[in-house]
Amino acid sequence: MSANQVALWYLVASICFIFALKGLSHPTTARRGNALGIAGMAIAVAVTLAVVYSATKNVAMILAGIAVGGAIGAVIARRVQMTQMPELVAAFHSLVGLAAVLIAIAAVHNPTALGLPNPIPAGNKLELFIGTFIGAITFSGSVIAFGKLSGRIGSAPVVFSGQHLLNLAIGIAMLGFGIWFFMADPTVHYWLPFVVMTALAFLLGFLIIIPIGGADMPVVISMLNSYSGWAAAGIGFSLNNPMLIISGSLVGSSGAILSYIMCRAMNRSFISVILGGFGAEGGTVVAGTEQKQVKSGSPDDVAFMLGNADSVIIVPGYGLAVARAQHAVKEMANALREKGVNVRYAIHPVAGRMPGHMNVLLAEAEVPYDQVFEMDDINGDFGSTDVVLVLGANDVVNPLAEVKGSPIYGMPILEAHRARTIIVNKRSMAAGYAGLDNPLFYMDKTMMVFGDAKKVVEDIVKALE
Amino acid sequence: MTAPDPIVVNLIIFALAIFVGYHVVWTVTPALHTPLMSVTNAISGIILVGAMLAAGPAAFDWGGWVGVLAVALASVNVFGGFLVTQRMLEMFKKKEPKKPAPDKR
Repeated sequence: MSANQVALWYLVASICFIFALKGLSHPTTARRGNALGIAGMAIAVAVTLAVVYSATKNVAMILAGIAVGGAIGAVIARRVQMTQMPELVAAFHSLVGLAAVLIAIAAVHNPTALGLPNPIPAGNKLELFIGTFIGAITFSGSVIAFGKLSGRIGSAPVVFSGQHLLNLAIGIAMLGFGIWFFMADPTVHYWLPFVVMTALAFLLGFLIIIPIGGADMPVVISMLNSYSGWAAAGIGFSLNNPMLIISGSLVGSSGAILSYIMCRAMNRSFISVILGGFGAEGGTVVAGTEQKQVKSGSPDDVAFMLGNADSVIIVPGYGLAVARAQHAVKEMANALREKGVNVRYAIHPVAGRMPGHMNVLLAEAEVPYDQVFEMDDINGDFGSTDVVLVLGANDVVNPLAEVKGSPIYGMPILEAHRARTIIVNKRSMAAGYAGLDNPLFYMDKTMMVFGDAKKVVEDIVKALE
Repeated sequence: MTAPDPIVVNLIIFALAIFVGYHVVWTVTPALHTPLMSVTNAISGIILVGAMLAAGPAAFDWGGWVGVLAVALASVNVFGGFLVTQRMLEMFKKKEPKKPAPDKR
């Protein structure tokens, strides 16, 4: 196959990827999009296999690697639970990062195998350096994110004094070794600067993610998603491979957009998330000076109120997912619909551990997607809604976000407080991630129902029957 | 005029691909942001292409083994990413209504 043919096939594969992303604009076209993504990947892999075969005939090991990795991936994909999606995605990001580093090592060892002149030209060395350090940061950062999300290491931020200075120093040292690698005389081996630079990048990825608290994980995952794309693009630059550059850029910009959306939804600047330490304040509850009264009720009371309502909006939060109450909630919604109640779901962008997580959890419970509404689409309807049922959510319905001077002022919230009646289910009166008290709980029209979300909802379903 | 250097061509491709990515991703509905992330994850497994080149050198030495390892890691991503996306999207499939009566609206 000529180089031109290869490039044209890569173009076809790239267009498949673009349409794969485009397909996700609606649930009805999404599966076709995924199929196109698979087609694009199949084309890219088949073409590359043909390239290697015509050059060296050494494809047996490649096929073996694909078979082993593919089998592992398939098993994982089948077994993973939807609540574990965030940690799965983090783990997958780490693999891309590590693969990028390994490819760079192989390229430094034997440039001709990867289609580069030997010695590697300066320009490609520079790109190799960029691809390697992004890959290394992606790898170690994702490993930490995976550990935090899966509970293998504490999700509390690890903060120490001089942290940012240390990161800066390591970053500068890493760049220094990178420049040494770039400048090194091509006739001598340049392993030393390359290895030191890579090691420093691994360390840096670790140190960047370790101070970021659990609440900021949606941003971290999106950011690492973006990095994994840039790592692929960087390797693509060093190998002069347009397939890697295009796909890497698509992924990189996608992750960057998701990071931006998550930051906006949490009212945090990207810089402050990256600098970390926010989740540390999670425990410091703003002490209420006056003893405020809350009204609390039983699941029977809730069932009565819901049964008599015309319209109900359910606001699910991560607490709901933790309690694995999605199926019970769907039962409740069905029971109410049979009584002629208009039941809808309102999803805040950060309701979950990653962007769109809550939508997947509801879809898994077979809640039809046309009953599930995004924040902007439903916020106008709260005022004319009889009952809002808040399940395991807190900060995303905190009306303090509308009060100038409050720490979360400006954060977009679901305007549950505008409804005629509000029912809030929580395990206790503890504050949310932001460490703020929530005036919604003390309103006259609010009733608190304490207890595990699943138990409470199941009791409501029983009372409804 | 001679043809531009590969690095310039690459930069052009890179810049245009970012624009395409930016515009396409904004059309993705927020409800599908998790599948978006898992499918982009699978797509970033495209690094498999680079890994395959590294895993098939003319003289197979330890560099080849490094490449094979990279192939295996990237394949986990490709297969796992696309399959888990498919699994998720199946859940978003519109359930056939039990009775064929249309919506009351």
